[in-house]
Amino acid sequence: MSEATHRELGLTDGEFELICEKMGREPNGVELAMFSLLWSEHCAYKHSRKLLKNLPTEGPRVVMGPGENAGAVDIGNGYSVAFKVESHNHPSAVEPFQGAATGVGGILRDVIALGARPIAILDSLRFGEPDTERTHYLVDGVVRGIGHYGNSMGIPTVGGEIYFEPPYEQNPLVNAMCVGLARTDEMVRAAAAGAGNKVVLFGSLTGRDGIGGASVLASAELDEGDDAKRPTVQIGDPFEESKLLECCQELLAEDLLVSLQDLGAAGLTSSAGEMASAGGTGIDIDIGLVPLREADMEPFEIMVSESQERMLAVVEPDKVDQVLALCTKWQTASSVIGEVTDSGTFRILKHGETVGEIRVDDLVDGCPLYDLDPQEPAEWTYANRETIEADASPSDIALSLLASPSIASKRWAFDQYDSIVGSRTVHRAGTADAAVLNIPESNRAIAISIDGNGRRVACDPFQGTVEATLECAANLAVVGAEPLGVTNCLNFGNPEKPGVAWQLGRAVDGLAAACNALEAPVVGGNVSLYNETPQGPIYPTPVVGMVGELPDPAHVAGEGWRGGDAIALVGPFDPSLAGSELEKQRGQLGKGLPEGEIAPVKAAIELVREAVRSGAIRTATDVSDGGITTALAELAIGSGVGCEADLHPVMARRSDNPEDALFGEGPGGFVLAGEKAELEKLGGRGVDFELIGEVKGNEVIVKAGDARVEILVEEAAAAFDSLEDRIESDQAGLTH
Amino acid sequence: MKWGVLQFPGSCDERDALNACQIAGGGVNESRLVWHEETDLSGLEGIVVPGGFSYGDYLRAGAIARFSPAMTAVAEFAAAGGPVLGICNGFQVLCESGLLPGALLTNERTRFICRQGELVVGEADSPFLAGLEAGQRISIPFKHQSGRFFAPPDLLEEIEAKNQVAFRYAPGQNPNGSLNDIAGVTNEAGNVLGLMPHPEHAVEAFGGSTDGLALFRGPAPAAGAAA
Repeated sequence: MSEATHRELGLTDGEFELICEKMGREPNGVELAMFSLLWSEHCAYKHSRKLLKNLPTEGPRVVMGPGENAGAVDIGNGYSVAFKVESHNHPSAVEPFQGAATGVGGILRDVIALGARPIAILDSLRFGEPDTERTHYLVDGVVRGIGHYGNSMGIPTVGGEIYFEPPYEQNPLVNAMCVGLARTDEMVRAAAAGAGNKVVLFGSLTGRDGIGGASVLASAELDEGDDAKRPTVQIGDPFEESKLLECCQELLAEDLLVSLQDLGAAGLTSSAGEMASAGGTGIDIDIGLVPLREADMEPFEIMVSESQERMLAVVEPDKVDQVLALCTKWQTASSVIGEVTDSGTFRILKHGETVGEIRVDDLVDGCPLYDLDPQEPAEWTYANRETIEADASPSDIALSLLASPSIASKRWAFDQYDSIVGSRTVHRAGTADAAVLNIPESNRAIAISIDGNGRRVACDPFQGTVEATLECAANLAVVGAEPLGVTNCLNFGNPEKPGVAWQLGRAVDGLAAACNALEAPVVGGNVSLYNETPQGPIYPTPVVGMVGELPDPAHVAGEGWRGGDAIALVGPFDPSLAGSELEKQRGQLGKGLPEGEIAPVKAAIELVREAVRSGAIRTATDVSDGGITTALAELAIGSGVGCEADLHPVMARRSDNPEDALFGEGPGGFVLAGEKAELEKLGGRGVDFELIGEVKGNEVIVKAGDARVEILVEEAAAAFDSLEDRIESDQAGLTH
Repeated sequence: MKWGVLQFPGSCDERDALNACQIAGGGVNESRLVWHEETDLSGLEGIVVPGGFSYGDYLRAGAIARFSPAMTAVAEFAAAGGPVLGICNGFQVLCESGLLPGALLTNERTRFICRQGELVVGEADSPFLAGLEAGQRISIPFKHQSGRFFAPPDLLEEIEAKNQVAFRYAPGQNPNGSLNDIAGVTNEAGNVLGLMPHPEHAVEAFGGSTDGLALFRGPAPAAGAAA
């Protein structure tokens, strides 16, 4: 790779002039390469940072907030959980297996860098409709890639979600979330400190892989010729990372490190630069001391290489020998490559000779932040496609919804992930709305949920994002957990386009409103912009990850109901077909969702949480995609017992349209089942409550006015389990 | 009972196995991890070779781990009659080491699978099966990508004839194409047992099954007598 001009590296003329002004000269090739990466959208958040300032980030349980490698919240008894979600969208579009694998590897390192041991992975994936060869190829590669990395590392993948929508066909989304556990007093920050302290690089050798990934792939739109960008996708090696994890845990337990940072996007440039910036120090790195995979690498290549499975630590001089010895024990390469200084300058040397010199502030904080130019689009700007017969009966609609790729069972995918290693998993993927992990260290359990329905956000970015956040809290409530903190990944199109800028701004407003109302601080996150292709942008997709706590993992409502149970609908659920799965199938999607107040939904969430914690309610789920009928059918499928429900009370109180009641969507609805007397105790508590039916028989019967869904449980199950055969890759059988 | 749980670079389930040993021992914490370079197993009454991806499963699952110093010591421990339990990757390591018959190939469908399943206890005479009846069904999770038990016809016949089958997948639940539905086997003496499913992940009620505890409790009386 030869040295490139600033435009080829993605910098604007204005940005280049600013760099020259700050330096008082033109940057040389090494310096320009470093600027181009740290001033990329991916590293500098230059189109989103101003908006993100509106998010609530503080709370009594927050241990680490935005700005660290991951956020962390206190879970008592001296322990914290650290967590973050991050995207690896464009690498996965270009090379799905390695793209997804290194996405998992990267988010694991963020958590490892805090001194935490990763205990769970969740994934939020978006693909095009499952009827194309490209989708089959992407799904197969991404699912295998996630499994390959997480399984080999011995970190359980405990949950996640997969949606299939046409706007993701060329630009899939691969968002991975990691949750780690740490002793709070052993957690380590990424700030360099102490002039004279040594900088140690350890882990894999540095090679030419992933050069320019952050600027080339992550900060521009995808287009035709992207296959040629495969060399910019990194290659993952979970075995190296497994050793790196154990090595880091031992280094921290022995108290040998001043600070620790992982190497991710922009490699050494970003890690060393951010460490110096956070510590207010300078840093010298001698690239002649970096262990290389290929001998003849150029200085700029070494500085921007995105080779995986590497960490950077600041170590006091008298502890260096112990650090290197522990690295040798874990068979991981290590080398002292530099020193912390008090110069405020990031100096790149080659065998002692200076080859680049940049003020740390200019590099890390000097990038201009841009105001967006938002404009609300007048019309619905995405395509519509009719896939259901206009005269389909309610029963046919119910089956069609259960078979919808976004709703249908994803067990075929979850079964490819180790969900139990670590001996903490109470509820694994697909067995409850939220994953539940036992934390005996602090005598409680945590629950984790990840959610984001891009279609609804496309209809109304503010309301859609509020709903995604409420859905996470609802998922936690049905296992008895209350929110502690939130992470998010904002996946959007090109923010320089006014319509996308408007979506982004409204979505951040929605996230802030919901998190404020729930008193759930945002402790970290990631922004992925430019998710668009010549066919247009993706649906705006804020993915919300939420971590909560519950006192006792023994009191977690399972989803299985039993014959004779009464069924109740709890919460201010006001179903509408706007933005629903049915409206999508009818090809009638359009702008707008009904606005709702957050406070009554929050009250319902609290009531359900309390009921589940008391142990009196065996079955609880929130009403989500496909509406009440789908929720009831899923419960029937899970337990093999049918139900008979009458939605008359819903219609009497709200819409009198039977289809709204049967298939409408919206926030604030919970289906609970259990003994009638126990359920009735939930009435009169200031939250809408209606008994709607009974668990019985082998059919799912749901009535709303004149309309009636009547399907056999086994028919419903066949529809719900139908996705695996449709998604099976044409390449199934190939292993990596 | 004092168990030693081997730890290779790339092991994943070693802490889970250690946890199971402690729970099986009524919470008494006398078991420990054994680093792959250790050769002194004195004082240990049983060995677990745990699951995971030792040495990244490079070359072939278990193929590199068999050369570790600790495995040389385990072979001596087994030859002296000490109980050795290989789980998943550990089963692969024991087969590669020649301590157990047969081999584990890539799953028929080539994908990693993870699910709860049922096993039927075999006729093998092994201290690990002391608390279980032949024909009894137990619920144990399995998770692996290379778990298809294979042996050439004459060896398979011998394994069956000598009652070395410790576990079979329950009818209809063979997840990987294993010959004769074999999920676990023992050596001729019965003191070495390997299985693909994970008994160490079926020891706590919140996980849905505690059937795995029997394997960790099985050798205890014998070890106690020896001590």
